[in-house]
Amino acid sequence: MVSTVAWKQTAGLASMVGLVLWSTAAWAQEAVPTATGGIDSGDTAWMLAASALVTAMIIPGLALFYGGMVRSKNVLGTMMHSFLVLCVVSVVWALWGYSLAFAPDKGGVIGGLDWILLSGVGAAPHPVYAPTVPHVSFMIFQLLFAAFTPALIVGAFAERIRFSALVGFIVAWSMFVYAPLAHWMWGGGWLSRLGAVDFAGGTVVHLSAGASALACALVLGRRRGWRTDYMAPHNLPFVLVGTGLLWFGWFGFNGGSARGANGVAAGAIAATHLAAAASALAWMVIEWSHRGKPTVLGVASGAVAGMASVTAGAGFVGPMSAALLGATAGVLAYLAIVWKGKFGYDDTLDVVGLHGVGGFVGMLGVGLLASTSVNPAGPNGLLFGNSGQLGIQAVAVGVAVVFAFVGTYLILKVLDGMIELRVSPEEEATGLDLSQHNERAYS
Amino acid sequence: MKLVEAIIKPFKLDEVKDALLEIGVQGMTVTEVKGFGRQKGHKETYRGTEYTIEFVPKVKIEVAVTDAQVPKVLETITRAAKTGSIGDGKIFVRDLSAAVRIRTGEAGESAL
Repeated sequence: MVSTVAWKQTAGLASMVGLVLWSTAAWAQEAVPTATGGIDSGDTAWMLAASALVTAMIIPGLALFYGGMVRSKNVLGTMMHSFLVLCVVSVVWALWGYSLAFAPDKGGVIGGLDWILLSGVGAAPHPVYAPTVPHVSFMIFQLLFAAFTPALIVGAFAERIRFSALVGFIVAWSMFVYAPLAHWMWGGGWLSRLGAVDFAGGTVVHLSAGASALACALVLGRRRGWRTDYMAPHNLPFVLVGTGLLWFGWFGFNGGSARGANGVAAGAIAATHLAAAASALAWMVIEWSHRGKPTVLGVASGAVAGMASVTAGAGFVGPMSAALLGATAGVLAYLAIVWKGKFGYDDTLDVVGLHGVGGFVGMLGVGLLASTSVNPAGPNGLLFGNSGQLGIQAVAVGVAVVFAFVGTYLILKVLDGMIELRVSPEEEATGLDLSQHNERAYS
Repeated sequence: MKLVEAIIKPFKLDEVKDALLEIGVQGMTVTEVKGFGRQKGHKETYRGTEYTIEFVPKVKIEVAVTDAQVPKVLETITRAAKTGSIGDGKIFVRDLSAAVRIRTGEAGESAL
């Protein structure tokens, strides 16, 4: 079926352009594998586009969002973190990460080594994960999730991490924290068997990033000059553009998590959009009344917290429930960041406040607001007559927070014994751009 | 009276300032400057092309002190500004012929 369509389209072109393309058409007809029985071209097109959208969230989305928030001497180093995380995790994921997370289950805990080096992950669909798209397109979509999550965490130790330490941390974290957590929730592991649901990463992505960020901030310690030096963001237009790209890409992140081009995907995109808007407005209103001005960094932060909060339930809750979740997350994230000051830890770019709080609100929100009228494959929440789901979601929250925090803490402690995690005081004063990369952003 | 000029690494400014306040120095003037000594700048690399940046950013501290304070001030700056690596900077001392506190018109050592 698919091969016939491809053949017809290419053949049509060939009649106009010439025989060279005609031969391509003949090749295409032969090259399509026979095992593509259940593949739906619409679903596949959407999954591939969604993967591209999620890539844009990391670079340039997060690179700009984080790069604008640091001082000008650290902007290259910070943007390099996003770029590097994408490259490192991509290779690790293909080598063993995808297999650990998604290969056939071993005791509910881990995925085993069946798909190491992507062996057996090809054009034929996987019957459970995504039966209507090529398995390899599901793998690449999940790869980008695996890369996005540690790219969030690096905001916690921005402006002081040693570059070589970052590389080691990312390899270890994606293997020991991300892969098990993804397996427990999405790879047939024990949390999913318990009945916990996480549509696009409330626990696996946002809570795990938030809890890991807290561990990072505690182990690395504060930046030099914290609370005495002027550390305001050096380029807020970058932050706003980065937020826009995150928003744009989040449609792929949440919409693609429907694993097809269908009503659930459309609902997830509507939910994502409304949560972002409501959360930005909620943040703006509370900041306006608390500090006297509505700020650019405020609406950008609010939008991101809102999208983090709707990620767990984008495909399970209706659009108005999503707006409510977003507004709640906007207010709570604002309060968390105000309270952060009292605890005295330096989570530099507020990963805990935005993603930890967002993931927390979202996971519990599913327990309250999920409805089978939105997605028959999902659960009902408390407000739709199912009192049990909220408790199960709370268990998943607790597990994700404890596992990610402890895992990250241990990884950093072990790394700390091997290499210096922080740059030297002089390098920190000079900035990461010159001290780590021998370059400067603005000459 | 002497004017002590110290050219130091910028990130050492806070430590030097605190150390000087501790030994009774009451004020100082700080300027961001650029220069080089035997360190001869640093190198930046763009796609394999090396650029030598000859003038390195430094901070200049100027402190006016009595003759009796000079040894203590020199020892303090040397201790606080030292990293032991190249580019730690230099201290220069020059004679100061007069000093006036503008608000009161006091002159000489009582103006310091």
